[in-house]
Amino acid sequence: MNELLQIKNLHVVYQTDEETVYAVNGVDLNLSEGETLGLVGETGAGKTTLALSILNILPPKVGKITEGSILFEGEELVGANEKLIREIQGNKIAMIFQDPMTSLNPLLTIEDQIGEALLLHRKELSKDEISQRVEEMLKMVGIPPERKKEYPHQFSGGMKQRVVIAISLACEPKLLLADEPTTALDVTIQAQVLHMMNQLKKELKTAMILITHDLGVVAEICEKVGIMYAGEIIEVGSLEDIFKGKDHHPYTKGLFGSIPDLNSDVSRLSPIDGLMPDPSALPEGCKFHPRCPNCWEMCKTTVPEYVDLGNGHKIRCHLFGNQNGGGGI
Amino acid sequence: MEKAGTLKKRSQLQAIWFRFKKNKLAVFGLILLIILVGLAVFAPLLVSYEEDVIAQDVYNKMQGPSAEHIFGTDHYGRDLFARVIFGGRMSLLVGILTVVISLCLGAIIGSSAGYFGGVVDNVLMRIMDIFLSLPQTIMAVAIVAALGAGLQNLIIAMVVASTPWFARVVRSTVLSIRGQDFIEAARACGTPHKRIILKHVIPNSIGPIIVQATLEIGMAIMSIAALSFIGLGIQAPTPEWGSMLSEAKSFMRNDPNLVIIPGIAIVLSVMALNLIGDGLRDALDPRMKN
Repeated sequence: MNELLQIKNLHVVYQTDEETVYAVNGVDLNLSEGETLGLVGETGAGKTTLALSILNILPPKVGKITEGSILFEGEELVGANEKLIREIQGNKIAMIFQDPMTSLNPLLTIEDQIGEALLLHRKELSKDEISQRVEEMLKMVGIPPERKKEYPHQFSGGMKQRVVIAISLACEPKLLLADEPTTALDVTIQAQVLHMMNQLKKELKTAMILITHDLGVVAEICEKVGIMYAGEIIEVGSLEDIFKGKDHHPYTKGLFGSIPDLNSDVSRLSPIDGLMPDPSALPEGCKFHPRCPNCWEMCKTTVPEYVDLGNGHKIRCHLFGNQNGGGGI
Repeated sequence: MEKAGTLKKRSQLQAIWFRFKKNKLAVFGLILLIILVGLAVFAPLLVSYEEDVIAQDVYNKMQGPSAEHIFGTDHYGRDLFARVIFGGRMSLLVGILTVVISLCLGAIIGSSAGYFGGVVDNVLMRIMDIFLSLPQTIMAVAIVAALGAGLQNLIIAMVVASTPWFARVVRSTVLSIRGQDFIEAARACGTPHKRIILKHVIPNSIGPIIVQATLEIGMAIMSIAALSFIGLGIQAPTPEWGSMLSEAKSFMRNDPNLVIIPGIAIVLSVMALNLIGDGLRDALDPRMKN
């Protein structure tokens, strides 16, 4: 399979006058064409920051990539010139934002908003062709094309999210970054939208990074899962490995322990003790060690390397370091 | 669905007109403005500039309204109606031109400052602050005094004096729009800054800008009056509402309609513009459709 996206040792900080927030700390990630990766983690784990850095839209002056590289189709995106970035934004990589209520311009018709990406990236298209393509996109996401002249406030939340999805898919991007696309929607609409995204993804062969808190959503549409904690991907593997495999990072175990299970007879959930560390003052060694039930001396001093358990299942934890010799990505 | 069908047939402009029409006061304002502008534009067809507006007829001075002079005559025996409609040519022309030009400049300066922030914001707004440190009218007086009297210099002075006010209003609205999600979404689409400002930021801050513009036209008409009064604006005997007012103020006690008529003309045009501004602000916002 072709590697579409390769992220190596990415570090991102938010620098303000008072403090430096270490949002992403050495993320490695590979994604092939057409593959779907679910990125799961607590709020503040750096999931959205990771997506923003791929698209190069970190808040200007505050957010900075300090180290590492992002290769997209073999091209380096970190420090790339503006022309290349614009070429990729919205065209080859598109993003779906969390809240459809606020991510549409209230003063433009949805036709104008879907057409905008086409206008910018498909300059060869005539007005009629753009209009035609807009209608196709609307049909694809299940909105009657007659409604293209309407404004965002005339649509319901679920419909708006469909419009947002239509915008992001208008240029048939190679990679779609979906930042909690269903969080703002109610459960029935969530299911509809997820089902639709799944289908569109297969139709267009788009790779996707799905950012979410919801493990159920991940199980539904992802092939690969990455667990993020304090700016690191601490475990990554196939859906099978993460959901059914035996070996896990202690944090992953805690995460799954926090989900109610209908089949096992327990009276209480087993959540993870403590809170996520303050990203402006991260602990030494493994970032998870203050909350880890399996913590030992080495965890407090040394940052663990990825350990490959085979089949692309990698864990960043000292518990697994010795049995396979450690190291290696 | 039927509603969707009827909406689809209307173009953007038609939709705005449809919403504007619903506001009766705004339509009234528009009709008023059309009458005022119409009178000013077609003034040469109604009265003769040479005979009615500037020719003096001291035997018939200070007359009350009559069939011959419907508003009466002034202290030089000139027909007041003729002078008011010719005066409107100057007042409305300078007022509207000033606001249109300074609105464009102010929108460019203010939106760049608000959108880019940082150094750009600081440099632009500190320059604007220097201009704002003098009252608008005094600023205009200083500039006309330096450049010399004349229509063109008057407009330049007024533009320089009112641009900073627009820049400030635009900047503050842009600051609140800039942080919204759809701006970030537009950035994620690879939209260039210029397009984001023109298509997404400015249309969303149009409300306060229009309010400021309608207020500013009134201010401009007043400032021209003040400038004309001290001899730096429109030169006598060319009539202009403000200078007519200041000329007439010495005769106010005996012949009040000399101040009332041009005064009403100013009030009506400012009011008409305010009503239109209000209606326009609502009509431009598609969320007001229902």
